[in-house]
Amino acid sequence: MSGATEVETASAGASADTPRPPGTLATAAAILRKDLTVELRTFETVPAMAIFTVATFVIFHFGLQRDTLSGQLAAGVLAVSLLFAAILGTNRLFVAEREQGGFDGFLLAPVDRSAMFLAKAAALFLYMAVLELVAVPAFALFAGPPRLGSALGGLVLFLALADIAFAVIGTLVSALAVHTRARDLIGPIIGLPLQIPALICFALGTGHLFTLHGSQTPPGEWLLILGLYDVVNALLAYAVFDFLLEE
Amino acid sequence: MSKHARHLRGLTIATLVFFLAGLALTFFYAPDDVNQGFAQKIFYIHVPLAIVSLCGYVLGGVFGVIHLRTRERIWDLRSYTAIHMSLIFSVGGLLSGAIWAKVAWGHWWVWSEPTLVSYLIVVLLFCTYQPLRFSIEDPERQSMYASVFSVVAGAFVPLNFLIVRLSEAFVHPRVLNLEGGTLPGSMALAFYVMVIAVALLFATLMKFEMLAKETRGQTRRLRRKLLGDDAVAPVGRSAAPL
Repeated sequence: MSGATEVETASAGASADTPRPPGTLATAAAILRKDLTVELRTFETVPAMAIFTVATFVIFHFGLQRDTLSGQLAAGVLAVSLLFAAILGTNRLFVAEREQGGFDGFLLAPVDRSAMFLAKAAALFLYMAVLELVAVPAFALFAGPPRLGSALGGLVLFLALADIAFAVIGTLVSALAVHTRARDLIGPIIGLPLQIPALICFALGTGHLFTLHGSQTPPGEWLLILGLYDVVNALLAYAVFDFLLEE
Repeated sequence: MSKHARHLRGLTIATLVFFLAGLALTFFYAPDDVNQGFAQKIFYIHVPLAIVSLCGYVLGGVFGVIHLRTRERIWDLRSYTAIHMSLIFSVGGLLSGAIWAKVAWGHWWVWSEPTLVSYLIVVLLFCTYQPLRFSIEDPERQSMYASVFSVVAGAFVPLNFLIVRLSEAFVHPRVLNLEGGTLPGSMALAFYVMVIAVALLFATLMKFEMLAKETRGQTRRLRRKLLGDDAVAPVGRSAAPL
């Protein structure tokens, strides 16, 4: 009997005794469920992000001294507020794993490392989506952009794509920053430049939607570029994420 | 002989020759610009600095990929040095760009020029490379994380240029033309010689920096061997790979 077959039989014997390790998606789902349970029990991150966003709208009102916003100004205020809220969420993303030994437990488990990336990006995406359920009505109330009702469909598309960029880049940067001494500083300073292309696409695309006599349909070129930026960053983050989890 | 010292003398002489030739061509051969006059000469140093520093960032990313694949520290050192040099060249590029913008358009900074804006975003991103390294104490982890950063940021360079340029193209439609695409022959010659000179300068300085780092490490080891461990102060936390 050759050596390779012996190893195969040995591993087959081991898998008969011990349960098979879960697949990537199952692992990711388990981590995501854990994160959402913790968030639902503590309400630590999303409410803070929501309060922060509403406070930012108020600050923009006083800074700009405008009662209503339209066009590019409205889009810019919305984009910047959401981006800063995303950075706030990004800072908290891996803190529990680091402080309570979650990383060690995860590294000991025989599971795919990329599952952590998928789960954390999904969690950040869901946080952003829930945040926007509060932030968009608040924006409509405080900024009163024209034609928000008719632009809602296009806005939702842009929000979804921008949230993917925030989630993917945010997760990568958060994993990069969490083991540094000054993680609250390092995370945002790396994250902001990386998010600028997404911000450009989101702000210019939604700027059209909030213009009084602008076109009703969302500008397809910006949706496309934002989507491509999401895809490229997701692939890149997926490729390098494993290296960030090594001990 | 250290491998960093190989070809160093030849490279240094070539840099000097190309620089002198480039400067001579710039000031005595290439004609003055019709609209901007003598001040346009800054173009011959500004654009090469910008091009070489951008290539240096991408190169840092490529070295980062090799470091992640091979785990050899030499590639981390190369990645670090490439990004370090690019940052220094970028400062020169931004300053000379601001001076040129003032001369050509009357403002120190022009937001409608996509190349300038995307360059600024890239420089802002790479400015965080040193703080990132500095705030990770474990050298092993530091080199790993720095390589991951260099890969992501290196890929960001072309992506960012594309998106910023498209944003200008969609908002203010105009003919896209490559930088220097309309240069007359004598200007083009001076320009390309300067690009080669700056690229050679980049390579030479990179080699010198790596050699200096290696020599410093060797000196420390020798001093420790001769004088004992207590006589040599421990290395403090550092952003640079040792």
